[in-house]
This record gives sequence, C-alpha cells and structure tokens, in this order.
Amino acid sequence: KKADPPKTAFFLCKQWTLYSVTPLYGFSGARLKDYARLLSVAIAAEKQKGVAVEMDAELDTNIKVDVSSLPDLKGRNQDHAAILVQLFSRSPTSRRNSENKPLWSGWFCSVSGDDLPKSVPKEFTLLPLFLTNGAECYTSLVGSWFQKTFDCCFCRLALSPLNLSWMAVIWTGHAVDRTASAMELVFSVPSLPQPLNISYAIHPEDAKALWDSVHKTPGGITQEEVDVFMDCLYSHFHRHFKIHLSATKLVKVSTAIASAHCSGTIKFLHSEHLTRVLMLLTELARSQI
Amino acid sequence: HLATSLPLPSEQDHLRPKIDLIVFVIDIKNKRSLKNVDDSLAYVDASFFLGKVCFLVTGVGRVNCCSVEMDAVSKLAETYCSPVICCELELEAIRVSTAQRLLRLLEICAGHIPGVSALSFVSLMCNSADE
Repeated sequence: KKADPPKTAFFLCKQWTLYSVTPLYGFSGARLKDYARLLSVAIAAEKQKGVAVEMDAELDTNIKVDVSSLPDLKGRNQDHAAILVQLFSRSPTSRRNSENKPLWSGWFCSVSGDDLPKSVPKEFTLLPLFLTNGAECYTSLVGSWFQKTFDCCFCRLALSPLNLSWMAVIWTGHAVDRTASAMELVFSVPSLPQPLNISYAIHPEDAKALWDSVHKTPGGITQEEVDVFMDCLYSHFHRHFKIHLSATKLVKVSTAIASAHCSGTIKFLHSEHLTRVLMLLTELARSQI
Repeated sequence: HLATSLPLPSEQDHLRPKIDLIVFVIDIKNKRSLKNVDDSLAYVDASFFLGKVCFLVTGVGRVNCCSVEMDAVSKLAETYCSPVICCELELEAIRVSTAQRLLRLLEICAGHIPGVSALSFVSLMCNSADE
C-alpha cells in the first residue's frame, strides 16, 4: 500500500528521532480532538509552572495542539492507523504566515511486515514506533503526557552497528534511478585521544552490483550475506588504506532511500520506500520494547 | 601471558611454562576481534579443547554498540565445545567477579582442585548454559 506522494512529502528530508513505545492503554482513535485539547491544557499548565521552554522572547506563544490520524500509514489491516501530533505556535506573527509550520511534530505508527504483530488485549493499542522532530523540551512534555494518560513507556531506540549494516544492505538492494546519491558509511574510531570519523562513499551501482553477487537466498536476507557484503567493503578499503574498518564502529548509513544514525535518528529520503523503511523500524522498535 | 593473536612467537618457546588455560577475548564492539579469534583457533592443539579453552565476551553492557552477533559467538563455542563467559569490563564489580571466575577455572585446569577435572567442569558449564 503506497501513501500519496503529497502527503508523504511532510515526512521526507527531516531528521526524526526514534523511540520505542509500549502498548497504549485506553487509547481510542475516535477521541483525537479530546486528546488534543487535554494535551494543550497540560502544556499550558507546565509552562505556568515555569518549566523552561525554548521560545522566542518576542512571541508570547500559546501552543495549539493538533492530533490527527493517518489511515494510509500502516502495514497490514491489523495495524492501527498512524497518529500524528503537532504543536503550532498561536502567536500573531505566525498567523500572518500562510504556511503555518509546526513547532514540533511527533507520530506514532505501526507498519508490520510479514510477521504479524502479537495480538494485544482489546484495551491496548499497539503503536510501537514513535518519531519526533523539534525541540527536546516539547518531546518530553508530550511524552510525559502520553505516559501518564495511557500508562505507556517511551525508550530511545538505539541503532547498533549490526542494525545499521542490515539497513545498508536492505536499502542497497532496492533499485533506484540513475541519479541516486552515493551510499555513505561513517565509522567512528574508538580509543583515540581525538575523535576520528572515517567516511566511506560507494557508488550506488557498484554497491548494488556487489549485493547482487552476494545475495543467493531467494525471498530473504541472511546474516551471512550481510556479513559477506560488509566484509567485501572492508577488505576493499583495507587494500587501499591499510585500515581495518571491522575494528571500528559503524555509526551512520546514508543511501538514496534513507539515512540512519546510531544515536537513533533517521531521515527518509524517498517517498516510494517510506513504508518499507518504517517496516524495518517498527520491527526494531517491537524487539526493543 | 597476553597475546594479540596466535601463534605465539617461537623464540620464547623454551622459556614458556606449561599452558593450563587459553581464554579467547572477543570484544562485542569490534568485529575484527571475532575474526582474529577465529584465525587464532587454528593454531591451538586439539587437546586444549577438552576443557582448557574458554571464550570471554566483553562489552556486553552496551547493546547499541554491538558489532558482533551473539549467535556467531555461540556457534563458535559450540563448534569448539568450550564455554562462553560474558562480562562488561567497564564495571568494576563485574570485572572483579569475572577475574575470580577465570581464576577458579584456571585452578581446575591446572589440576589444583582435587576431584574436579577440566573436562568434567567444562561439560557442567556447557550443559547449564544450554538449559
């Protein structure tokens, strides 16, 4: 199921911070307007209490909260539709602007792949992946409201070098057009007095050709194939620079489809593959709950 | 005696005391360490695999820095019939308790504990790991 390009444009080319979320208790897709109202009241109350919130000194911002459903953003019918939460500033200057850009955005989603999600009791809603864009103070305000209201728990989703190498392989395997950008891998070298990052750029067609020669199992990718692919890249690098990349830590993977960093952030770069990337992230989030 | 890889340099052969236990250290944050251990295993005499070899996996505390799959380590341990000890060297308490475990293992391998042989102890460790 592909979401409309104009709708997905909102999600592209922004840096999203990833969280895994435990099932929400007592959440109802029909009460989104109520939730928006309750959340804006809660945020106003926190500001009254004097919680430090970044805001322009000139603007006396009142925060307007919008909670909406994204019915197209899901994997299978059993998935709950994605829920988008946005914070807008209600200041006079922003009203003058025709394009009211949100101060902060966060969305819950569940995009299941082939393995069906474990069914949860009726009172619970499973939306294991949470993505945020905007100031950290708003993230913690919204997050703590959801935690209190729906008895759930948020946890930063970390991406290990193993996860990142899988992403590098999966995203290389998808054919993209000739104008695709290079695949870039960034490695951090440990135990040095000065931090050192090594950036390794590979032409996307070369990467795809390498993957095609490694990938033998139909309908699936094995850890062995991922290891062989990465080892080929490492030995090529070693031949030229005499550096063993396998002894460093893979911290960032960037392809034409998406870009992911080990601190748990992602950038979607290609609308056609948005759902596929979300599927991978949903699975990771579910495994880390 | 610490070595970064095997085989050990032959110049020191005549000065070296009998080796009772070999501990292969795998850093879970460093993929190359697994390959290094794999290559070094080829230089170990088969008699050592009767309880005088164990694998020490370090860095297990940080799940977001994993570059080595635990499955690969388990497979290695199964192939060479040797136990795996996981630890986190950055925490002093775990460092100390791991050192004590290794010391105990060494005492058994050197034959200092009457009634317990290296082979019987290692099969005990491997069986309890399977459960």
